[in-house]
Amino acid sequence: MTEALTDRSLASSVPAPRPHHASVFEENRIGFVTRLYLYASLFIVAAVVLLPLLTTALGGFKTLGDLRVHPFGLPTEWQWANYTDILTSTRYWQMLGNSFLIATLTVALTLVVAAMAAFTFAHVKFFGSGFLLNYFLIGLMFPVATAILPLFIRIRDLGLLDTYWGVVLPQVAFGLGMSILLFRRFFQNVPAELFDAAFVDGCGYLGYFWHITLPLSRPILATVGIIAFVASWNSYLLPLILLNTEGKYPWPLGIMVYQGEYSKDWQLILAFITLTILPTIIVFFAAQKHIVAGLTAGAVKG
Amino acid sequence: MSQAASLAPPLRSRRMHMQGTLPVLVLFLPPALVLFTLFVILPMGEAAWYSLYDWNGYGLPDKFIGLKNFETLWRTSAFRTALGNNFLIILVSILIQLPLALWLATMVSNRIPGAVVFRLIFFMPYVLADVAAGLIWRFVYDGDYGLFAAIASFFNVASPYVLADRSLAIYAVLAVIVWKYFGFHMMLFIAGLQNIDKSYIEAAEIDGASRWQRFRYVTLPLLAPTIRLSVFFSVVGSLQLFDMIMPLTGGGPSNSTQTMVTFLYSYGITRMKVGFGSAIGVVLFVICVTLAFGYRRIFMRHD
Repeated sequence: MTEALTDRSLASSVPAPRPHHASVFEENRIGFVTRLYLYASLFIVAAVVLLPLLTTALGGFKTLGDLRVHPFGLPTEWQWANYTDILTSTRYWQMLGNSFLIATLTVALTLVVAAMAAFTFAHVKFFGSGFLLNYFLIGLMFPVATAILPLFIRIRDLGLLDTYWGVVLPQVAFGLGMSILLFRRFFQNVPAELFDAAFVDGCGYLGYFWHITLPLSRPILATVGIIAFVASWNSYLLPLILLNTEGKYPWPLGIMVYQGEYSKDWQLILAFITLTILPTIIVFFAAQKHIVAGLTAGAVKG
Repeated sequence: MSQAASLAPPLRSRRMHMQGTLPVLVLFLPPALVLFTLFVILPMGEAAWYSLYDWNGYGLPDKFIGLKNFETLWRTSAFRTALGNNFLIILVSILIQLPLALWLATMVSNRIPGAVVFRLIFFMPYVLADVAAGLIWRFVYDGDYGLFAAIASFFNVASPYVLADRSLAIYAVLAVIVWKYFGFHMMLFIAGLQNIDKSYIEAAEIDGASRWQRFRYVTLPLLAPTIRLSVFFSVVGSLQLFDMIMPLTGGGPSNSTQTMVTFLYSYGITRMKVGFGSAIGVVLFVICVTLAFGYRRIFMRHD
C-alpha cells in the first residue's frame, strides 16, 4: 500500500520518463544519413557548451604567458600551484562554507514553513482558505527586484543587515509561493482513506501530519529542497545588497571580489572559477536524475 | 481499496473531524504568513509609497515629490536602453532559443545511444550560477587572453574587444544567455514530447504524412502548452536578469547592456536613492502585472 502510494505520487509530481510512449520516433526507423545528421548536430552543440568550461578548467593549470599563446589545448607545463594555493587558502573554504550554511538554513526553513502551510491548505477547510492561498501565489509573479530597496530597509530596521538570517529570511519568503504550490498538490494526492483511518484511530491533524504525511512526502521534500538549495547556492543579488563583511560572503560574491583583486591574472581567476563550480558539477552528475526532475518539476507544475 | 475511491477528491468526507482544526490553523499557518507578509507583500507596498518621495533611506521619508521619480526615470536614456534590452532578450529567447531548444529536444528524444549524456551536457549550464557563467564568458570574450583573441590571431586579424564595444556588447550578452538557458527549455520540451500520445503520430503516419508534416501538424500543436510555458519563463527570466550581466559588463560600456534590474542596482541601490529605486521597482511590478494578465487573456483561454 505504502509502496504503491509513493510510486504513484512520485510519478505525478515529477515528469518522469514514461516508457510506453517515451520516444516520438522509433529507433529502427532512423536511417544512416539521419543518424549522421543527428550526431553531427548534437556534437557541435555539445562542443559549444563544453568548450568554455574545459578551457576554464585547463586555463587554471597554465601560466599567464601560456594562456596568452594557446588558450586552447593542454598546458605546456601543468601549474598545480594555481589550484593548490586556492585549496589551501581559508578564503575559498570560508565562502563555500558561508554558501552552504545559508543554503542549508534556507532549505530547512522553507521545508518546515511551506509544508505546514501547504498541509493546512490541503486538508483543513476554513473560512478564507482560497483567498489566503491566492495571497501566497502572488509571490510567484514578482521578482525580488520589485521590492529590493524597501526590503533592504526592512532588514536594516530589524537589525539583520550583514547577518546570515538577513539573507535567509527573504530567500525563504520569496520561495514560499512555489513551495506551497508543490507541497499542496502532493498532499492532496494522499488518499482520503488514510486520513479517515488515522482519525478513527484517534490521530489528530498534528499527528497525521507528523506520522503519515511527512513520511510519505519524501519525493516532494526532495524536490522542494533541491529547488531551494540551488536557488540559494547560486543567489547573488540578495547577499550583494544585504551583506557587507567579506568574511560572510557566499561564493558568488566572493568570486567577484577575487576577480576584482586579480583582474588580469586570468589563470588564477580561471582556477578559482573551476574550484567554485566544481561542487555544483559533482553534485549535478551524482544526483542528476533528482536535480533535473526537481528543477523541471518546479517549472512544469508551477 | 477500489481505484475510484482513491481517486476521489480527498477533501469530501471530513465533516466529522472538524474538532482539532484550531491548533493546526494557529500553529501551521502563521509562520508562512508572517514571513511572506513581512518580506514580500509589505516591501512591495512600501515600494509604491517610497516611490513618491525623494529619500536616502535615513529617518522618515518626508520629501514628497509626487510622480517626479517616474518622470526622471523616463527621461533617463539608460532606462530606455534597459527596457529595450529586456525586450530584445525576450525576442531572442523566443526567436532563437526556443526553436533551438525544441530542435534539440526532438533529437535527444530519439532512443539513440548517448541521448541521455547529451541531455545532461545541454542542461549543465543551467545548473551553474549566472555569476560563474558570466565570468567564464568574460574570459572567452577577452581580447587579450580569451578564445576570441586566439581565433583572431589564428586568422591574423586584430583581436576584437567584444565586451568593450558599445554596439556589440549586448549581442555578446545575448549569446551567453542562450548558452546558459537553452538546456532548461529543452528539458521542458522533452517533458512535453513525452506527454504526447504516440498513437496520434502513428495515425498521421498511416495517413501518409511526411516526417515534417507529422511534426508541423501533429507534434507542434500538441506542444502548444509547453511552448507557452517556455515563453513565460523567458519573459520572467528577462525581467529579473542581473547576476549574469554584472560579471560580463556591469551594464556598460556606456550603459549599452543595462537591464531593468542592473539599472535599478546602479542608479537606485548603489547611490541609496530609495525613492528613485522604488520607482523602478514599481515599473517592474506594473510590467509583471500587465504581462500576467495579458498572458492569461491571450493564451489561457483554452486551457
